[in-house]
Amino acid sequence: MELPLLHLALVGTPNSGKTSLFNALTGSRQKVANYPGVTVERKEGFFVTPMGRQVSVVDLPGTYSLRGRSPDEEITRDFVLGKATGETVPDLVLCVADSTNLRLTIRLLLELKRTGRPMILVLNMFDIASRRGITVDVERLAKELGVPVVTSIAVRKGGTADLLALTDEISAKLATEPQENSWRALSVSELRATQREADRIIADCVSLPASPDTWTARIDAVVLHPVGGLIVLTLILFVMFQAVFAWAQPAMELLKSGFDALGELVQATLPEGLLQSFLQNGVISGVGSVIVFLPQIILIFLFILLLEDFGYMARAAFLMDRIMGGAGLHGRAFIPLLSSFACAIPGIMATRVIDNKRDRLTTILIAPLMTCSARIPVYTLIISAFIPAKDVWGFINLQGLVMFGLYATGIVSALAVSFVIKFFMIRDYTPAPFMLELPDYKMPRLKSIAIGIYTRAKMFLQRAGTTIFSMMVLIWFLASFPQPPAGSTEPAIDFSLAAMIGKALAPLLAPVGFNWQIAVALIPGMAAREVAVAALGTVYAIEGGKEAAEQIGQVLATKWSLATALSMLAWYIFAPQCASTLAVIRRETGSWGWMGVTFTYMLVLAYAASLLTYNVAVALGAG
Amino acid sequence: MTDTTDTRSHMPLGLAQRGYTGVIQHLAAKQAGSALSDVELESRLIELGFVEGARVEILHEGLVGRDPIAVRVDNITIAVRRREAMAIIVA
Ligand SMILES: Nc1nc2c(ncn2[C@@H]2O[C@H](COP(=O)(O)OP(=O)(O)OP(=O)(O)O)[C@@H](O)[C@H]2O)c(=O)[nH]1
Ligand SMILES: [Mg+2]
Repeated sequence: MELPLLHLALVGTPNSGKTSLFNALTGSRQKVANYPGVTVERKEGFFVTPMGRQVSVVDLPGTYSLRGRSPDEEITRDFVLGKATGETVPDLVLCVADSTNLRLTIRLLLELKRTGRPMILVLNMFDIASRRGITVDVERLAKELGVPVVTSIAVRKGGTADLLALTDEISAKLATEPQENSWRALSVSELRATQREADRIIADCVSLPASPDTWTARIDAVVLHPVGGLIVLTLILFVMFQAVFAWAQPAMELLKSGFDALGELVQATLPEGLLQSFLQNGVISGVGSVIVFLPQIILIFLFILLLEDFGYMARAAFLMDRIMGGAGLHGRAFIPLLSSFACAIPGIMATRVIDNKRDRLTTILIAPLMTCSARIPVYTLIISAFIPAKDVWGFINLQGLVMFGLYATGIVSALAVSFVIKFFMIRDYTPAPFMLELPDYKMPRLKSIAIGIYTRAKMFLQRAGTTIFSMMVLIWFLASFPQPPAGSTEPAIDFSLAAMIGKALAPLLAPVGFNWQIAVALIPGMAAREVAVAALGTVYAIEGGKEAAEQIGQVLATKWSLATALSMLAWYIFAPQCASTLAVIRRETGSWGWMGVTFTYMLVLAYAASLLTYNVAVALGAG
Repeated sequence: MTDTTDTRSHMPLGLAQRGYTGVIQHLAAKQAGSALSDVELESRLIELGFVEGARVEILHEGLVGRDPIAVRVDNITIAVRRREAMAIIVA
């Protein structure tokens, strides 16, 4: 007889290894990192137990209780209580504990028991607990709690074998009739009583060595030093942005020459005509000019992943709490904002951990100002075309310094916008509390870093292959048709639709120093920021005709003034050139209004910043 | 140097210096002036392990106003602001 699908749910305190366990069980690659609040969504996966039982398992955001204080915790509460519409309540709850830190989980477990759901307590990270000399009397613990207990090591091969065996054993004799759910929000005295009870049970069943993790203490002595810590944080960010510019160069050169060779091959082998133009100008100059930036994208992700896995993120939030507080931001906003350096979309999702509505909204509104990795191609292209690659003060690369300046401008503007929001909207309000667990440091795991980078690189290439490619086809078409009348002497592109559209928009953008080619590139650039680079590549390649094999950067250096280039950089710091970000803002705020506000304020800032930059630069003689 | 009984009298954790170690005596959410209601603040503190009898130590302080503080509570480290830590009475 085929047994029905068994529904499992992973519940536990933040950072206890639920997602690691989920990945181990289902072979998925959901995001794992060493700070509380990584998972903010419900994710379902499937696997088959050793006995052949089909299982659906749901990974949930971490929580300390079922009260649901922030959007991510509400997801967990609603799922466990079966409040989510159209959801089945889980048949078996896996309560996942960090074995080095049982107090809070056992209290949570005592609360979960009231829901009447069958449960297993999973003592995860048992490797770390054993290494620290923590011993747990598993049988006694199970007896005292009235819940089966099993140990696990989610990140080790075979580390979940016992859990699988126990799941089989228990699911075979699960009662089918629904149990009483007597859960309701605990009063303060009940909470206190459950924590006392938890502490008593732990005292009976767990022996803790006196010494805490000495490595964490030593590193924190430096990293959390009031002054030294901030210096370390600045250094990390500085090295990160320098590296993105300097270290990626060799790999980028290699890719660039690869695409050049490909372009020449196409030119040499195909007869001159539309097909040759499409492949060379549309595909290779367009999509190729974006793929060249893969090494930089990988580097920035590598840095962020390392910081996340090591356990630094929560420390950075600690250091920045009061400093960001001056600008009206909550300390918890730091992690979402830092992840926005990779991409604003996960950054905006990560604001779900912020419980105060205003704090969360402010963070969402400013997250798109953080320099996301899609801006890197635009910045790099313009910087390498216009800023000389010399060293200043002997060791700092000037191009890298300008890059750092652009990142810094993004950050400062975000803080300024937040300050304005605080000033106008939130006059008198006591800051919402900042309470965050600082996890012990962990050695970043090679495998998870590799998977993280692989996933991001794949996403980037997929985007290049889909969004960017289709935009390029469009641009190429607009720039190639209608074809010039026979015997005309002007560049073919002057007769095209692209030129018509660009020239119609040009007067609007002339005050900020943009020509019609830029105007054409900005429109498809709404789909994704990198598209602008590809679009410029195609437009100039078609315009350039025969000499189109030239590098897009060199073309820009001859076609644009320095003032135009700087104005374009200023534009890209602010402009809301990303449709997906706007869509996520709409979803997360549940309102078109806030999306509109974001779009408008960013557009206004972009125009103003470009106008200022262009005119100042022209006045200084860079026109 | 003698440890006078005075330093062991009850005080809010929010006023303690880095390096302070003590035991939680009780929670007094009313004294904190937090943005949260008294019940909510007390609940959150308990959920993070700040209950009567727990050993606490202030490990680190921030730069601005020596805030927030990183507190060792039994065997985990929690960052809280001094404002909320005023609700934790220690000795
Ligand atoms: N050594 C060891 N590390 C583990 C184990 N399980 C998880 N980790 C690490 O613990 C950290 C947290 O893991 P996650 O799986 O992200 O934790 P989570 O419970 O999903 O966290 P949230 O989504 O924030 O609630 C990561 O750095 C993991 O690599 C384990 O069994 N042993
Ligand atoms: Mg998770």
